[in-house]
Amino acid sequence: MGTITKLLESLLSGLSLGSIYALIALGYTMVYGIAKMLNFAHGDIIMAGAFSIIVFTATCGLPPIVAILLGIVFCMLLGVTVEFLAYRPLRKASPLAVLITAIGVSYLLQNVAQLLFGTSDTEFPISVGNSALALGSVSVKYSVLLTVAVTGAIMIILTLFISKSRTGKAMRAVSEDKDAAELMGINVNRTISVTFAIGSALAAVAGLFYGMAYHYVGATTGAMPGIKAFVAAVFGGIGSIPGAMLGGILLGIIEKLAQTYISTELSDAIVFGVLILVLIVKPTGLLGKKISEKV
Amino acid sequence: MKKVLSMVLVLMLTCVLCASAEQTLVIGGTGPLTGDYATYGTSVRNGATLAAEEINEAGGVNGILFDVKMEDDQADPEKAINGYSILVDEGMQVSLGAVTSGACLSLIEEAQVDGMLVITPSASQKECVQYDNCFRVCFTDPMQGVYAADFISDNAIATKVAIIYDKSNDYSVGIHDNFVSRAGEVGIDVVTDQAFTSQSNIDFSVQLQAVKDSGAELVFLPIYAQEAAYILTQAKSAGIEATFFGCDGLDGILTKIGEGNTDACEGVMLLTPFAADAQDEKTVNFTTKYKEQFGETPDQFAADAYDAVYAIKAAMEQAGITDLDDPDLNEKLISAMTEITVEGVTGTMTWDAEGEPSKSATAVVIKDGAYVAYSAQ
Repeated sequence: MGTITKLLESLLSGLSLGSIYALIALGYTMVYGIAKMLNFAHGDIIMAGAFSIIVFTATCGLPPIVAILLGIVFCMLLGVTVEFLAYRPLRKASPLAVLITAIGVSYLLQNVAQLLFGTSDTEFPISVGNSALALGSVSVKYSVLLTVAVTGAIMIILTLFISKSRTGKAMRAVSEDKDAAELMGINVNRTISVTFAIGSALAAVAGLFYGMAYHYVGATTGAMPGIKAFVAAVFGGIGSIPGAMLGGILLGIIEKLAQTYISTELSDAIVFGVLILVLIVKPTGLLGKKISEKV
Repeated sequence: MKKVLSMVLVLMLTCVLCASAEQTLVIGGTGPLTGDYATYGTSVRNGATLAAEEINEAGGVNGILFDVKMEDDQADPEKAINGYSILVDEGMQVSLGAVTSGACLSLIEEAQVDGMLVITPSASQKECVQYDNCFRVCFTDPMQGVYAADFISDNAIATKVAIIYDKSNDYSVGIHDNFVSRAGEVGIDVVTDQAFTSQSNIDFSVQLQAVKDSGAELVFLPIYAQEAAYILTQAKSAGIEATFFGCDGLDGILTKIGEGNTDACEGVMLLTPFAADAQDEKTVNFTTKYKEQFGETPDQFAADAYDAVYAIKAAMEQAGITDLDDPDLNEKLISAMTEITVEGVTGTMTWDAEGEPSKSATAVVIKDGAYVAYSAQ
């Protein structure tokens, strides 16, 4: 196989993996940008999304498209409920307390999934098959094209939503200054709930793509992609939506290139090494805004 | 304080045992009953329990009944030690060690101090039986690597072999290293050697691409079934035609891979001394009872555990144990181990003083979603 083909193959698989990271990173970055908290349970929402799709198709026997939509709705409800029960009472507490709570929620979700679905991985019932589009010597799977296209579309819609819609405006206001936003008549709690709902919906979509790509879902499925996506969000500049997209895709590509050309065992170390380098040179991430901290 | 308390408890337990007419030998083991490797621990618990029930139904050994207790260690060395201590507190006198190698390595350090007989069904790393009180039922990792290379070469299955293994796992590395060195001696060409780690065990596209490019006829997978399920389904997507060949860690792959993907493991071969579909009386009896009781086909871990309990029975008989309060119980049982022959479901076994079993290796192949004994064409 030619060198160019090998490079293109690994770029493509990086793009596909990176799109999944990007979808998750979008959720991280939105919640961070608006609620100013790191929702470490976000990765586990992916797992919840994937499992809910499994339950709706395999157990309830619904057609895939209905199951996917119900899965997205389920995740939105789950995200909003988690925010309402676990994070809202801590709105005035220290960021550390919220962070620890988020880690607790993450473990809770994982353990509930273990109780419900057991410790073995469960088969994911939906697949787009193996058909591929031949472009010269490289073949591109339709599943990869679908993942990339959907992620791109979601990013564009999200950017437009935040910059143009009334709710988006409210989100930006809450992000700037919660108290001032409240004085302007913005319902801060409702705005944050909407943010969680959107982030969780994206996580459900990520869960769908994850399941289709790897055929299995387990209780800890969300953990590693969650961490990688968090890295991607920081890499791209946490709080920035195009940054999360760029960070996710770059991270996926770097990971695959590192695996192909350097070492399959060291790829994670290389990925995190790149993150450290970027943060040394540009502490706010690739597209992050410089914010001066008020002391 | 804890020690005093546990001694008091042991004393109390002993008194209770003295009072009752029948004595019960507590056989304890630790294994992953939850977590990624839960199937192994569960199989061992089921297999051992079944053997103990059979022995008890037949009246025990010299009137002594068996009681199997398992503690969850999630394949974690630290949890294995905790589990071992709990079992000692519960009166354990013979240990089944731990199910997985890493956990067993730390457990035997404790058991060695206590001088207790340890028979691990499945901890295959070499050092797991490094002490005189430790024995095992399964093959060692090095032996599996050597047997696998010999088997592939003897049956002329392939000459160009690719390997995908877990570099973060002692079990996998052990088999891998021995396979590689043996392969050279028996004329097998290792065309590509691909690794992954427990942190990167989901996406195998890069490794499978390398396998495809190498033109390998066979892919050797000295790994566990969980990762193998990911590799096999992704290999099917990638259109890889090569035969996949694994060791005992691949056992249970049919359950792991799930009903919708069984075609992905069609033709997969496993080096294992136990085939659930074998027609001899022992295996049929074991498989039927196991299915009745636990609702699934026993895998090699269950078979190893079943044989381990029967080995304990044989050692008890050989040593002529009639009283569990015998102060020399440990020494008697340990020296009996090298004198016994056990005709188990994983073959006829004897043990050397090193703690290694001697039995023959065979392979099974997956055909139409079931394990079938391999026969050379």
